[in-house]
Amino acid sequence: MEVGQLQRSFIEYMSSLFNEGFLDAQFSQLQQLQDESNPDFVVEVVSLFFEDSERLLNDLTMALDQPNVDFKQVDAHVHQLKGSSSSVGAQRVKNCCVPFRSVCEEKNTEACLRCLQQIKQEYLLVKNKLQTLFELEQQIVAAGGAIPMMQ
Amino acid sequence: MGSLLRMNRLLSSIVDSCNCIIDPQLPADDLLMKYQYISDFFIALAYFSIPVELIYFVKKSAVFPYRWVLVQFGAFIVLCGATHLINLWTFNMHTRNVAIVMTTAKVLTALVSCITALMLVHIIPDLLSVKTRELFLKKKAAQLDREMGIIRTQEETGRHVRMLTHEIRSTLDRHTILKTTLVELGRTLALEECALWMPTRTGVELQLSYTLRHQNPVGLTVPIQLPVINQVFSTNRAVQISPNSPVAKLRPTGKYMPGEVVAVRVPLLHLSNFQINDWPELSTKRYALMVLMLPSDSARQWHVHELELVEVVADQVAVALSHAAILEESMRARDLLMEQNVALDLARREAEMAVRARNDFLAVMNHEMRTPMHAIIALSSLLQETDLTPEQRLMVETILKSSNLLATLINDVLDLSRLEDGSLQLDIVTFNLHALFGEVLNLIKPVASVKKLFVTLSLSADLPEYVIGDEQRLMQILLNIVGNAVKFSKEGSVSISAFAAKSDSLRDPRAPEFFAVASENHFYLRVQVKDTGIGINPQDIPNLFSKFTQSQALASTNSGGTGLGLAICKRFVNLMEGHIWIESEGLGKGSTAIFIIKLGIPGRSNESKLPFVAKLPANHMQMTFQGLKVLVMDDNGVSRMVTKGLLAHLGCDVTTVGSRDECLRVVTQEHKVVFMDVSMPGIDCYEVAVLIHERFGKRHGRPLIVALTGNTDRVTKENCMRVGMDGVILKPVSVDKMRSVLSELLEHGVVLE
Repeated sequence: MEVGQLQRSFIEYMSSLFNEGFLDAQFSQLQQLQDESNPDFVVEVVSLFFEDSERLLNDLTMALDQPNVDFKQVDAHVHQLKGSSSSVGAQRVKNCCVPFRSVCEEKNTEACLRCLQQIKQEYLLVKNKLQTLFELEQQIVAAGGAIPMMQ
Repeated sequence: MGSLLRMNRLLSSIVDSCNCIIDPQLPADDLLMKYQYISDFFIALAYFSIPVELIYFVKKSAVFPYRWVLVQFGAFIVLCGATHLINLWTFNMHTRNVAIVMTTAKVLTALVSCITALMLVHIIPDLLSVKTRELFLKKKAAQLDREMGIIRTQEETGRHVRMLTHEIRSTLDRHTILKTTLVELGRTLALEECALWMPTRTGVELQLSYTLRHQNPVGLTVPIQLPVINQVFSTNRAVQISPNSPVAKLRPTGKYMPGEVVAVRVPLLHLSNFQINDWPELSTKRYALMVLMLPSDSARQWHVHELELVEVVADQVAVALSHAAILEESMRARDLLMEQNVALDLARREAEMAVRARNDFLAVMNHEMRTPMHAIIALSSLLQETDLTPEQRLMVETILKSSNLLATLINDVLDLSRLEDGSLQLDIVTFNLHALFGEVLNLIKPVASVKKLFVTLSLSADLPEYVIGDEQRLMQILLNIVGNAVKFSKEGSVSISAFAAKSDSLRDPRAPEFFAVASENHFYLRVQVKDTGIGINPQDIPNLFSKFTQSQALASTNSGGTGLGLAICKRFVNLMEGHIWIESEGLGKGSTAIFIIKLGIPGRSNESKLPFVAKLPANHMQMTFQGLKVLVMDDNGVSRMVTKGLLAHLGCDVTTVGSRDECLRVVTQEHKVVFMDVSMPGIDCYEVAVLIHERFGKRHGRPLIVALTGNTDRVTKENCMRVGMDGVILKPVSVDKMRSVLSELLEHGVVLE
């Protein structure tokens, strides 16, 4: 595919991510922070986010698996997850954390498990989307074009 | 006397002896011979006595100047005597010796007498002249005596004058001066009566004002045009006048001879007579008359020195009177000034009190009025957000509109009063002029489009982009003017044009006193807002900028507004050293509002002390943050990385730590700012702040601490403030936000949100 078309698809894809609420303004901020001194900033941050989130989700699964659930611990994990996702701009993931925290306070294991499920889903979705986005970027760069900036 | 007696005895013995010798032939010749003997004898006696007497008396008197003459005389006389004596022996036959002696004696005598005769020629005139000199000296002495008498009299007079003057001048009270004059004159000159006639206010009469003897003058008047008075007034000498003239008729007429009367004029000088460069010319026509009368039946006459005394006194009196007059005037002026001062002081204090009362009132009312206003506006807008029926919504909207109007009115009134006070000062900043116009346009476009009005803006190319001035107030002026244009136009267009004014366009024919001079650092902005609205009646134009006036047409359209807008605009424009006016051709013909204000040009003047608040692109700001050492504490890896990326993007030198202990280990004085995520649960980040405070002590040395938090509820904020954090920021932070936070931190040392 030629560069122009790639760039157009990139823009379309990006817009859809924003429109569908997968990403929010924070992600654009991240993109703004990318410059010559930091060319792969977004990728690095997002990768770190993936690592962090997966670890947290595993921890959460394990914690909720316990017979005596340590809700404080669960709450701490969710808090971390919320922080990470909001720093990256993964809006839907962040939004799932909010009810998670309230059910944690209620010490409702069932509800917690449901929330965990939802978060996992959202996380996987956004991970997928972001990975697709990065692939598109790489294709554009490989084709010799510049990555278009979103307004 | 003893010698005389001896002489006599000698002579008698000689006579006796002679009698013996010449005895025989004495009949008729004897008698003759006897008489000759006796005569010669007595002659010789006399001759010998005279020199003795002369010598004796001259010795007694010390002053006789011609002693040697006496010697000569003495010699002459002695020799004569000797001759006569020796003659006694020559009557009879005598020896040759006797003849020789006789001859010698005669020769000597002849010699001496001739010499004496010659001497007398010289001496007698001298002696005679002595006598004349004596006479001369006597005459001279008499003359000197006379002159001495005169001088003494004059000195007496002088003393009197001095004393009189002293008495007169020792007081500045007019009455005392005049009274003293009369008394002293009366005493010095031993007068019977002394009177002073002063001219009346009308100037046609002389009134008797003061007399010496009669304590209460009866108030006699005489017309001023009498010949005798004119005579006296025409000269500054004392003039002798007839005792029968009206001014001198002060005594009960009797059978006695009235004493002589003298009158003299006393000039009454005014302050205005003393010109700076001239002597006080007696251009004054006002004289008083002083009349002095010698005692009757005294046969005294006026002496010259007395007249002179009178003249001198009259002059002194004039001077003293003028001094007294001047003093009176200056006292009156001073009293008047004091009164005025008191009145002014009172007025000033009253004005100050009024101003203070007004300010107090305004301050109180400001607060008291604004608080409920805020409540009304806030609650009404909140109410608007809720579910309302259409009628309710309409009501709430009306409430909101009215309360907004009221709030504007309050602000306007306050602004205006501060403007009038002179206490309002412009906030001078550097701002983007083009952007300002753009904003005004944006604000007015919605309203204009509702009314289907076209709004156009044209900025000339020579307008600088950035200017120095009061941005807010210029905006206020523009909004007011443009708002009025829109408000009063039902259709058509509103055009705004702005350009840098050249000197000829700075002159408004209506304001010839307004001179605008552009300079290196300033220029004059001219803005014209033209509308096709209802126009203004030419009669109303002068009142447009006065407070609270609204013409009939305006009031009837219920256009709202306080009537203060234009007045405030005018004040602002004046503060900006400019001028504002409105032109209109008449009702229905639209109007044009024009104002010119002075704005500064940045960059040309060295106004580095002004804070530069322009919105420059990011890379400018990065330079200020370059190398700024900061520390980021966050336990969330992703969040930490994002914050680090953010700060690195702004050019900072970022160190990251993941825990409290690590933070305390790593933090040094070099870190200017510490960004701390305080949403970490279970960890007391506030303690870290406290410990940092303790470690680094004084303000300027220690790093500034900013809290990053996901929720800015009150509790979090309070906790942050409690531990002395310098700011709280809500996550997520945008690049611009972080930039402004950093610049605020570095400028003020604190971030308030």
